[in-house]
Amino acid sequence: MANKVLVFIEQRNGVIKKASLEAAKSGSDLADKIGTVSEAVLIGSDVDNAGLLGGYGIKKVVHFKNSELGNYSSSAYADLFAEYANESGADYFIFSNTSMGKDLAPKIAVKLDAGIIVDAVNLDIDGENIIAARPVYAGKAILNVKINSAKKIFTLRPNVFAAGEASDSIAEVEIREVNSPNLSTKVIDIKKSEGKLDVAEADVIVSGGRGLKGPEHFNLIEDLADALGAAVGASRAVVDAGWRSHGEQVGQTGKTVSPTLYIACGISGAIQHLAGMRSSKYIVAINKDKEAPIFQVADYGIAGDVFEILPALTEEIKKIKG
Amino acid sequence: MKIAVCVSHVPDTASKISVGSDGKTIDPNGVTFIVNPYDEFAIEEALKFKESKGEGEVVVISVGPDANKETLRKALAMGADSGVLLKDDNYRDSMSVAKALAVQIKEMDARLVFFGKQSVDYDNSIVGQLTAELLGYNCISVVVDLKIEGDKITAEREIEGGREVVETSFPVVITTQKGLNEPRYASLKGIMAAKKKTIEEKPAAENINLIEVVQMKKPAAKQPGKIIGTDSSAVPELVRLLKEEAKVI
Ligand SMILES: Cc1cc2nc3c(=O)[nH]c(=O)nc-3n(C[C@H](O)[C@H](O)[C@H](O)COP(=O)(O)OP(=O)(O)OC[C@H]3O[C@@H](n4cnc5c(N)ncnc54)[C@H](O)[C@@H]3O)c2cc1C
Ligand SMILES: Nc1ncnc2c1ncn2[C@@H]1O[C@H](COP(=O)(O)O)[C@@H](O)[C@H]1O
Repeated sequence: MANKVLVFIEQRNGVIKKASLEAAKSGSDLADKIGTVSEAVLIGSDVDNAGLLGGYGIKKVVHFKNSELGNYSSSAYADLFAEYANESGADYFIFSNTSMGKDLAPKIAVKLDAGIIVDAVNLDIDGENIIAARPVYAGKAILNVKINSAKKIFTLRPNVFAAGEASDSIAEVEIREVNSPNLSTKVIDIKKSEGKLDVAEADVIVSGGRGLKGPEHFNLIEDLADALGAAVGASRAVVDAGWRSHGEQVGQTGKTVSPTLYIACGISGAIQHLAGMRSSKYIVAINKDKEAPIFQVADYGIAGDVFEILPALTEEIKKIKG
Repeated sequence: MKIAVCVSHVPDTASKISVGSDGKTIDPNGVTFIVNPYDEFAIEEALKFKESKGEGEVVVISVGPDANKETLRKALAMGADSGVLLKDDNYRDSMSVAKALAVQIKEMDARLVFFGKQSVDYDNSIVGQLTAELLGYNCISVVVDLKIEGDKITAEREIEGGREVVETSFPVVITTQKGLNEPRYASLKGIMAAKKKTIEEKPAAENINLIEVVQMKKPAAKQPGKIIGTDSSAVPELVRLLKEEAKVI
C-alpha cells in the first residue's frame, strides 16, 4: 500500500473553507486510486463540524488546537503540519492554492524535502505517477509536470476541482491541544475590505472595465452583482485609474479566479486580464466592439452597449430570481 | 547592513509565447525579456529602507544564464549597489533556485531579503517562501504595506476579502505585491552609474530538480462562443441560455 495522503484544511473564524472541501475530495479520490487512505490536518481554535470532512472521504482529522491559533501563523502552522506529516508517514500532501495555502505549502516542502507543484488545475493519476497540469506564462501555455521525490506536494486552484455532494460518513476527529505554539510570525489583526464578497472566493463575478466610462457608472455593475449574489471585479485599467480598489482586480497582477460564471462588461480581454479568469466555467462578455478579444474566450456574448444592456439584464435576473 | 533583493528575468507579459522544439520550454526567439514586474516593488522597497536608515548596501541576486545580467543592470540603474549572478544555463525548478539563493544570502549574511511575490514566467509564487525556510528566516508573503521599527516588523499581506496584519522580527524574507510602493524609474545618472557597479559572477549551487516537466503545450483553444445579439433585445435569450443550457443561474 502506498503511503497516506494528507490534506491541509484551512479554517477562518472556525469555519472550514470551501476550497478545503475541494482539496479533501481530491485528496481522497487520489488515495482511492493509489490504494491508500486520506487524512487531514486542521489547525485553529474552535472549529465547527470537522467530522463532516468524512463526507468528502477523509478518514481521520487531526485538529491542532490552541486559542492563539485561530488566526494564521506561518511559523506555528508549518511546525504543526510537519509534525503530523512525519508522524503519519504520508507521502502525498494536498493544499488549496489560496493565500494561506500558497504561503504555507512551500515551507512544508522544505521541512519534508518534498517536491512541490502549485496551482494545479488537473491531476492525472497514472499508477503511482501523478501528472499535474498547470497554466504558465499567464495562461498562454500549459505545463504537464510530475514530481520525482518520494514526498509530493500539490496545491490546487480553488473552484476547479469539484467537492461534490458530501456523503454522510463522519471522520474520526482527534484533538491535540498545543501548549506553546511557535508564534515567531503571527497575524495580529485582519482588515476586511469594504467590498461584500471577494472575487477570489465568489461563485459568480460581474467585472467592469474602461467601457464603463467612469467610477460613477459602476452602480450598473453593482446592481447586477447584487441581483446575482455575485462579487464585483475590475480590470487593471479601472483600478489604475482609481475607479475601483486593487482588491477587486482580476488578472495577472490581480487575482486569479475560476467562478462558475464570469460576466465581463466593457472589458477588452487583454492577455493579462484573461490570465486571471480564463479558467472560469462560463464566461459572458458584453462589449460594443465585436472584435474585442474577450469574445474569443466567452461562451456567450452581446456585442452592444453596457449602458443599455446592463440595466435590462439586471431587470431580467431580478424577474427570475423573484 | 546588507539587504538582498532576488530578481528574475522574464518574458514581457505582452510577448507571444510558443512552445520550443524540446516540447518542454518556450521558444525564446523574438521574446523580449524584462525585469520581473513584481521584483521592481522589491527593489524599490529595499532602496527606500536603505535611504530611511542612511546606510546599508543593496545587493541584487539572480539565478540563471548570462542574459539575467540585463535585469541586474537595470536594478543597479535604479540604485542598487552591486549584483551577483549565480550562473546556470539549465532549467531549474523553484526549490533548486531557492537553494542557490539561500547559499548566497547566507554567505553575505543579509538579514533583510526582498523577493517579488511571483515570477510572471511560471507564476509559481513560492521561491521567496522556500528560500526563507531553507535559511530558517521568518517570512511574510504578498506584502502591500511594510513597517520596520527597530527589530519589529509589521506587514500587511493581501488575503481573500482583505488583509492580514502580520508581526515578526529579523531575519526576514518579504515578498512584495503591487500596491506596496511606486517603483522609481532609472535616471540617466543612474544608468551611467550602473555601468561602473560590479556584477559578481559565480556558479550557482548544484542543480537538483525534484520537478520534471513532461510536456508544455498551448491551452486547448476554446470554441469562441455565440454572439447572441447587439442590444438589449438579446437579454432574455442570454438569461435563458444561462439558465437552461449552462445551468448557472
Ligand atoms: C505586466 C502587466 C500586468 C497586467 N495585469 C493586468 C491585470 O491583472 N488585470 C487586467 O485587467 N489588466 C492587466 N494589465 C493591463 C491590460 O494589458 C489591459 O490594459 C487592461 O486589462 C485593459 O482594461 P480594460 O479592458 O478595462 O480597458 P480597455 O482595453 O480600454 O477596454 C475597454 C473595452 O470597453 C469597450 N467599450 C467601450 N465603451 C463601451 C460601451 N459603452 N459598452 C460596451 N463596451 C464598451 C471597448 O470596446 C473596449 O474593448 C496588465 C498589463 C501589464 C503590462
Ligand atoms: N532565477 C531567479 N533568480 C533570482 N530570483 C528569483 C528567480 N526566480 C524567482 N526569483 C524570485 O522569487 C520570486 C517568486 O518567484 P516564483 O516563485 O518563481 O514565482 C520572484 O519574484 C523573484 O523575486
